[in-house]
Amino acid sequence: MKILLNNREEEFKTDVLSIGKMIELKKFSFRMRIIKVNGVLIPREKYESTFIQDGDNVLMLYLMSGG
Amino acid sequence: MKFQEIKEHLAKFRVGIAGAGGLGSNCAVSLARCGVGTLVISDFDIIEPANLNRQYYFTSQVGMMKSTALKENIARINPDTTVIAHTERLNRLNIPEIFSGCDVIVEAFDSDEMKQMLIETVLTEMEGIPVVVGSGLAGWGNSEAIRFRKADETIYICGDESTSVDDEMPPMAPRVGIVANMQANTVVEILMRKTRDYFLL
Repeated sequence: MKILLNNREEEFKTDVLSIGKMIELKKFSFRMRIIKVNGVLIPREKYESTFIQDGDNVLMLYLMSGG
Repeated sequence: MKFQEIKEHLAKFRVGIAGAGGLGSNCAVSLARCGVGTLVISDFDIIEPANLNRQYYFTSQVGMMKSTALKENIARINPDTTVIAHTERLNRLNIPEIFSGCDVIVEAFDSDEMKQMLIETVLTEMEGIPVVVGSGLAGWGNSEAIRFRKADETIYICGDESTSVDDEMPPMAPRVGIVANMQANTVVEILMRKTRDYFLL
């Protein structure tokens, strides 16, 4: 499937992909993030039960500590 | 546009500042200098000597609540800016209440967990309210890595989005100040685009 990840096209070899699995495959390492799929916020506790599909628009941003 | 006109426009708005540490204190002072009408500043912490390497406080204020001290400092800089200081710890329940009526919210926390909590709460409970996030400001140098971007309709990000604070990469005045003022600059930009008929409120 092809998705848009932070406005960049990404291809995955599977048709079923949870947000949790995507984070693992992409080796996204920072622990705090904001994820939206097609404009809808996905809270942390739903990463494993939310699946992305071909054509989805995924926004992910990292929150770095410090202020 | 003349500064007088800019100031008069900004005076109509209310900005929420979540956290009054390095990002929040410097961002709030910058917004007060621009003439923003009301700042709602929330922080549960007291000022410690170690904070003075980057936060907008003075040695005589060590031991004071940050939000109370910041209110005092802003009154000395621009008494036309009204500061509403809150000292309770922010959580998912009180955020919509404390920041109700705010036109923009500045995320100015230290911890990544609190950053996430605030942004998620604003996105779900305060739909449509822009949130200006500070993310990535540790250490020194590397000015070119600090940037601004609009992630989507209501999320604006300032920072390098790659450095995290730790013992070897402390937060320091220059980079924290750059990001804090970038956040203030973003708030001004958002507010300058807004029109508001104040009497309809």
